[in-house]
Amino acid sequence: MSDVCIVGAGIHPFGRTEGRDGMDQGVYAVRQALADTGIEWEDIEFAFGGSAASGAADTMVSKLGLTGIQFINVSNGCATGGSALNAAASAIKSGEYEMGMAVGFDKHPRGAFNADPAAYGLPNWYGEAGYMLTTQFFGAKIMRYLHENNLSTETLGRVSEKAFRNGAKTDHAWRRSEVDLETIMNAPMISDPLNKYMFCSPAEGAVALILASEKKAKELGGPMIRLKTSVMRTRPPGSFEVFAASIDNERGGTATELAAKAAFEQAGMGPEDIDVAQLQDTEAGAEIMHMAENGFCPHGDQEKWLIEGRTEINGALPVNTDGGCLACGEPIGASGLRQVYENVVQLRGTAGERQVPGDPKTAYTQVYGAPGVSAVTILQR
Amino acid sequence: MGAQPIADNLFTDENMTALVGARNKQTGHIFFPLPLTPNDDIEPIALATRGTVWTYTVQRFPPKTPYAGPADPMNFKPYVVAYVSLPGQTMVESRLTGLEPEDVKIGMEVELTAIPLDPDAPADEQVMIHAFQPV
Repeated sequence: MSDVCIVGAGIHPFGRTEGRDGMDQGVYAVRQALADTGIEWEDIEFAFGGSAASGAADTMVSKLGLTGIQFINVSNGCATGGSALNAAASAIKSGEYEMGMAVGFDKHPRGAFNADPAAYGLPNWYGEAGYMLTTQFFGAKIMRYLHENNLSTETLGRVSEKAFRNGAKTDHAWRRSEVDLETIMNAPMISDPLNKYMFCSPAEGAVALILASEKKAKELGGPMIRLKTSVMRTRPPGSFEVFAASIDNERGGTATELAAKAAFEQAGMGPEDIDVAQLQDTEAGAEIMHMAENGFCPHGDQEKWLIEGRTEINGALPVNTDGGCLACGEPIGASGLRQVYENVVQLRGTAGERQVPGDPKTAYTQVYGAPGVSAVTILQR
Repeated sequence: MGAQPIADNLFTDENMTALVGARNKQTGHIFFPLPLTPNDDIEPIALATRGTVWTYTVQRFPPKTPYAGPADPMNFKPYVVAYVSLPGQTMVESRLTGLEPEDVKIGMEVELTAIPLDPDAPADEQVMIHAFQPV
């Protein structure tokens, strides 16, 4: 089996772009990725792509060129981007193709995602009585986690403070201003213990990545950034997911724990080998839980890590160097690929003001979302 | 008419004395509520009416549709949403009532009650939802 390399990356800035729909943001990202790779659209042999709310990805061939390629649409909730990448990597590993693309894009309306109970197998009363809100789930989940692990609510504020600090240094981020801890902690509550600075917002954006076999990547002559592994997992029994009218008394593991374990095994590495990590931070609590679920620190050590600055850009394990979802917002289809984009930039050493020092060699991403899916990648230069 | 529960199959009876849960006859797994579509493996059971708060959050802003309760931003009253652990059964998502958000404690004992979705609605038009209150 061939190693898979990421030979090009493109991004449409996240946030709000009036007058440009989600699909066109996807096309923008693809063109940037092609230019970054130094190839033409005609060189792309296949594509996997998806969006949650901006249409079928394959229709972008009408803008990019009718070259007749295989273009498969991916619809996998919050793991859409991760799954597209996963599928693209498999197509190259199998030897069937030499070079292809994974693309994700989206454009969501303002405000929290609206959801229909029936789509989740729930009765109408669940929505009518006021339970059909993702924000409640995040609040209730991290409330328990903080309680079990003796973590203060200020831990959440520290995550947000870091996200905005990093976002201020990131061209593709949406929130580009720092916010101090005191301001964060005094902001209006949304769903306790999470306040308005601790949630990401639905947003817009797009990312395209060009993948190639090792042989093809060498021909292209750029930095060799290997996709060591790309793993997607669904939830085990006893996990705690969104829109659950009941959860089991007997608690179980998480999709992220499964994905992380498999990814480290496949890559022949451990958490201690990772130089930079992008972890799902739908809200500040998610980053805290994911630091431990991915194996980077024991449950309960997160507050100490944050106070000591260990996850800052110049820390022992920089986390969410572009400000994550908190600073970039969350266009569902593009979000997981943004993490990989950021890692490609970091491994190339071209991240400018937010560059992780010390010439990072290994980079980790983890995306998590409804209805209990998690996707992990590990890159190595 | 009088006050009515928000849905059939939510409570065991018209006095709203217990919630209806679902039990898988093969595995014994208990969950809530009853599935929308009937299934030969699933039987209804009455859930325990006392439990403990496992976790909670507070709904601080008025929800959008499909929320059917009072959602006027000027008068919106935040409500507590908890998971209540019923021993040997499951944890049920439920509002808490009879206490302020700042007085909720994980581990506190609570019991089932029913509350109007809109306390300001006329008494004979009230729609009742499940909630737990401190013991």
